[in-house]
Amino acid sequence: MTTTNTVMPYDEALARFEPVIGLETHVELGTASKMFCGCPTSFGAPPNTHVCPVCLALPGALPVANDKAIESTIRIGLALNCTIAEWCRFARKNYFYPDMPKNYQISQYDEPLCTNGYLDVEVDGRTVRIEIERVHLEEDTGKSTHMGGATGRIQGADYSIVDYNRAGIPLVEIVTKPVEGTDRLAPEVAKAYVTELRELMRSLGVSDVRMEEGSLRCDVNVSLMPRGTTAWGTRTETKNVNSLRSVERAVHGEIERQAAILAEGGRIIQETRHFHEDTGATTPGRSKEEAQDYRYFPEPDLLPIAPTPEWVEELRSELPEPPTVRRRRLQAEWGVSDLDMAAMHNADAFTLVEATVTAGVPAADARKWWMGELARRANESGTALADLPITPEQIARVVALVASGALNDKLARQVLEGVLAGEGSPDEVVEARGLRIVSDEGELSSIIDQVLTANADAADKVRSGKIAAVGALVGGVMKASRGKADAGRARELILERLGVSE
Amino acid sequence: MSLTRKTAAELGALIASGEVSAVEVTQAHLDRIAEVDGEIHAFLHVAADAALEQASAIDAKRAAGERLGPLAGVPVAHKDVFTTKDMPTTAGSKILEGYRPPYDATITARLREAGLVILGKTNLDEFAMGSSTENSAYGTTHNPWDLGRIPGGSSGGSSAAVASYQAPLSTGTDTGGSIRQPAAVTGIVGMKPTYGGSSRYGVIAFASSLDTPGPFARNVLDAALLHEAFSGHDVMDTTSIHSEVPPVVEAARRGDVSGLRVGVVKEFGGEGYQAGVLARFQDSVELLESLGAKVVEVSCPSFTYALPAYYLIAPSECSSNLARFDGMRYGLRVGDDGTHSAEEVMALTRAAGFGAEVKRRIMLGTYALSSGYYDAYYGSAQKVRTLIARDFEAAFHQVDVLISPTTPTTAFPIGERADDPMAMYLADLCTIPANLAGNAAISVPCGLADEDGLPVGLQIMAPVLGDDRCYRVAAALEKAFESRWGGPLLKEAPAL
Repeated sequence: MTTTNTVMPYDEALARFEPVIGLETHVELGTASKMFCGCPTSFGAPPNTHVCPVCLALPGALPVANDKAIESTIRIGLALNCTIAEWCRFARKNYFYPDMPKNYQISQYDEPLCTNGYLDVEVDGRTVRIEIERVHLEEDTGKSTHMGGATGRIQGADYSIVDYNRAGIPLVEIVTKPVEGTDRLAPEVAKAYVTELRELMRSLGVSDVRMEEGSLRCDVNVSLMPRGTTAWGTRTETKNVNSLRSVERAVHGEIERQAAILAEGGRIIQETRHFHEDTGATTPGRSKEEAQDYRYFPEPDLLPIAPTPEWVEELRSELPEPPTVRRRRLQAEWGVSDLDMAAMHNADAFTLVEATVTAGVPAADARKWWMGELARRANESGTALADLPITPEQIARVVALVASGALNDKLARQVLEGVLAGEGSPDEVVEARGLRIVSDEGELSSIIDQVLTANADAADKVRSGKIAAVGALVGGVMKASRGKADAGRARELILERLGVSE
Repeated sequence: MSLTRKTAAELGALIASGEVSAVEVTQAHLDRIAEVDGEIHAFLHVAADAALEQASAIDAKRAAGERLGPLAGVPVAHKDVFTTKDMPTTAGSKILEGYRPPYDATITARLREAGLVILGKTNLDEFAMGSSTENSAYGTTHNPWDLGRIPGGSSGGSSAAVASYQAPLSTGTDTGGSIRQPAAVTGIVGMKPTYGGSSRYGVIAFASSLDTPGPFARNVLDAALLHEAFSGHDVMDTTSIHSEVPPVVEAARRGDVSGLRVGVVKEFGGEGYQAGVLARFQDSVELLESLGAKVVEVSCPSFTYALPAYYLIAPSECSSNLARFDGMRYGLRVGDDGTHSAEEVMALTRAAGFGAEVKRRIMLGTYALSSGYYDAYYGSAQKVRTLIARDFEAAFHQVDVLISPTTPTTAFPIGERADDPMAMYLADLCTIPANLAGNAAISVPCGLADEDGLPVGLQIMAPVLGDDRCYRVAAALEKAFESRWGGPLLKEAPAL
C-alpha cells in the first residue's frame, strides 16, 4: 500500500530510524518589474492585468533579463556564503501546463548562479550548519484555480481558470544539501532554517517573504534510514507548506508516516506529497518515478550572466549585518537574557521589537508591549504578531504618552486596543475615548476629598504613620477617576493633605 | 518604364523629389499583385487599404515639406513570420489562422518608421521550416521563372514577390538558408546579416540561436538600403548586437574587389552539384579574378558536418519554441467541448494545427534533448558548431571573404522533394555553416544554368559584422555581370 494512513508515534519512529531532511525554498523577489518583461509585480491586482506579449508568451515575444533580480540573487548567494559563478546561463525547463505560458520555464540547470554555501541556525541552544547546494534564478508560473470540485484540486474540477499576473515574477530557488544528524530535532531544524532564511531575506530587502501570500514557499524533503545503517532511504517531497509551523509539522508527520510504512516492510514511493494545513497530514501527488523529462537546454534567447569579480566584491562589501550577528549585538545592547531572546525569536517578535526601538522606544518597553499585551491579543485573535494592524511608530507614540505622564499603563492598553480596533492613531483614540490622565489639580483634589471622606479609617492609619495604607486610598482615587488619574500625583497629594511625608 | 520595374532607390528618389507620389507607386504594385499573384501566390494577405493610407501619409509629409528618407513611400512585402498589429500573422500555420497580434515586431515598426509601405504578408513554409514553401498550410508559392517550380523557402513568398515585380523589396528570415536559397532560385539578391545584427523581437521563433531577419531586393544597393533601414540594436532582443550597423550602403555603392582575397570553399562543389550551377560558379570565380581579386582555395573540413549538426540544433530549439502553441491563449483550439481536459485540448490542438514537417522537427528535437541523449545529440551538435566557427575564423585569417554556390541545384519542380525530407534538407547544404557560426552571408545572381535556363546564386560569406564585405563583393560582381549580360539577370525572366 502506498497510501497507508497509519503512523508510528514520533518517539518510536526516532528510536528506530534516523531522518535526513532537505529543503527547497522559493523566494519571490520584490523587484518592481517581472523577471523578463516590464510588467509590475505587485500582489492582488485584478486577474490578468499585469500581463504583456512577453509574459503571455505571444508569438515572437522575447525575454529581457531583469538586472535587479540578478543582483538580488547574487546578494542572496553572498549572504549564504556561496561561490558566485563567473559565467552561467539560463536554461529552459520544458513541460506543458496551462499556467505556464511558454510551456517552458526559464530557469537554471547545471550552471546555477550561486553554489556551495551555508546558513547557521540555532536550535535548542546549539548551532546547526545547513549546507546550501545552490541558489538559482527562475521565473514564476501563473496561478491556476480549479473550479467546481470539492477539493480545489484539479482532480474532480469542472474547469480551471488561470491568472497570469504571477507569470514571470522573479523567483529564487534555494536548495540545501541533505541535512543529516539532526535526529529528533529534525522538525525544529527545518523550521529554524526557514525562519532564519526568511530573516536573511528581510535583512537584504530582496523580498517581503510572506508565506501566506506565497512570496516564500517551501518544499520539504524527508527520508528515513534504519538506525545503524548509512544508506539514505527514498525521499518524499512535501509541497504546499505555507507557514513556519507547517514546516515543522510536515517534517514531523512525514517521519511518522514513513516510519510506519518501513516498519511494516513497505517501500517509500519517491513522490510529491501535498501538505494539508487543517489536518497536518500529507496526501500523495505526482509520482517522481514516472519522472518528467524536462529536456533542459541553455536558453538561446538570453545572453549568459557574467558578473565581474569587481561587482561581486562591491555587492559583498555592501551586505547588511547578518541577522545572527545583529541579534547578538542587539541582545547585548538591550541587555536581554538568552531566554528572552529565544522567546522573542519564537514569537516572531524580534524584528518588530527592533523596529519599535528604532522608532525611539526604550528596548525594555518595546519588548514589554510586543511580548505582553500585543502577543496576548495576537494569540486571542489567532493572527501573526506582524499582521496586527499596528505599527512600531504607533507604539512609540503610546510609549511617549506614558513617559510624558499623559497616559498610565492601564490607559495605554486601552489606547492600543483602540488602535487595533481601527479607531485611528493613538492620539485619535485618546481623544475619542477621553483617555487622558486627569492632571487638572482641581478635579483631582475634589476626587481626593471624596475618597478621604469615604475612607476615614484608612486616612487615619496613614496619618498615624502607616504609610503603606496609602495604597488603598490611591486605589480609591483611581477607581473614582475610572483609571484616568495620575496615580503618582494622587499619592503625593494624599500624603500632603494628610500631613505625612516619606 | 513601368513603376514596378524600377529599383527601390529610384522609386525613393522619385517620391522624395515629388515626380511621382507614393500613392501612385503603391497603386502600381497593388495592380501588379492583382494581375499576377493569382498565379504566383506570393501573398497570404494583401493590405491594400492600409498600404494606400500609409502611402498618402508619406505624400502628405512631403507636401508639408518634411524631408523623406531614401525608402519613404517605397513598397515592401513582409514575410508572414513578423508580427503586424494591423494584419493577420500566421507563420504559414493553421494553428495561427486568423491570429492578429497586438504588437508590431521591431522590424515591422522600423519599416513603418522609415516610411516603407507594407503591401501585405508573404507566404512561407510553416514556421519557416522548409526550402520550397510547400510546407505552408495556405498553399505553395510558384517560381516566376517557371510556375511548375518552387520559389525556394522558407521565405519563398518574399522571393517570388520581388522576382515577379509585385514589390521592389521584401523581408525574410534566414535560419539555415531561408533568405539566400530562395533568392538564388528566383534570381534576386538575398542577405543574411550577422546573427544579432537585426532584431528578432516579434519574429515568430523557429530556432532562436539561428533565426536572422534580412532583406530581399532585385539589386545589391536596394538590399543594402533595406538592410540599413531595419537593422541595429534593439533593447527588446538581448541577443541583438550593440555595435553600429556595418556600412552596407556605402559598400554596395563602392563595389570594387581589387586586392581583395577571396576563398573558394573546397568542400562545396563536385558530386551532387548541378553542372550548370558549377559552371556559373566557375564564371564568377574568373570574373572576380578579372576584377583584381586574389582567389584561393580554402578548406573548411567541419562544414561537412554542418547539415547534421543543424538538424539537431534547429529542431531542438523549435521543439521548445513551438510549445507555446497550445490553444490556451490564442490561435486554433480543438476539442473545447466540455468533454476534454486542458491537456487533451492542447494535444488535439497541436495535432490538428501543425503540419507534417513541423511535427517531424518537434519530434526530432524532443528526442535530441531527451535525458540520456542530450550529450550525444544536442551536445555533440554544439561542439560541431564550435568547430565550424573555428573553420571560419581560420579561413578569415587567410582571406577576406569565402564564396560558394548558394545551392547545389536550381529551382526544383514542385512536389519533387515533398516526400523526401533528406533531399529537401540538401537544398541548404552550403548556406547552413554561416547560420551555425553567426556570420554574414549574401546570395547574388550569377547567371542561368545551361541545362534548364534557371537562375543560379553565388554565396559570399564574411566574418561576423563583416556584412559590408558581402555587399562590396556582390556589388562588384553585379556590375560586371550586368555589363556582360547587357542588363540585370531578371529581365530574362519569362513575362507573366
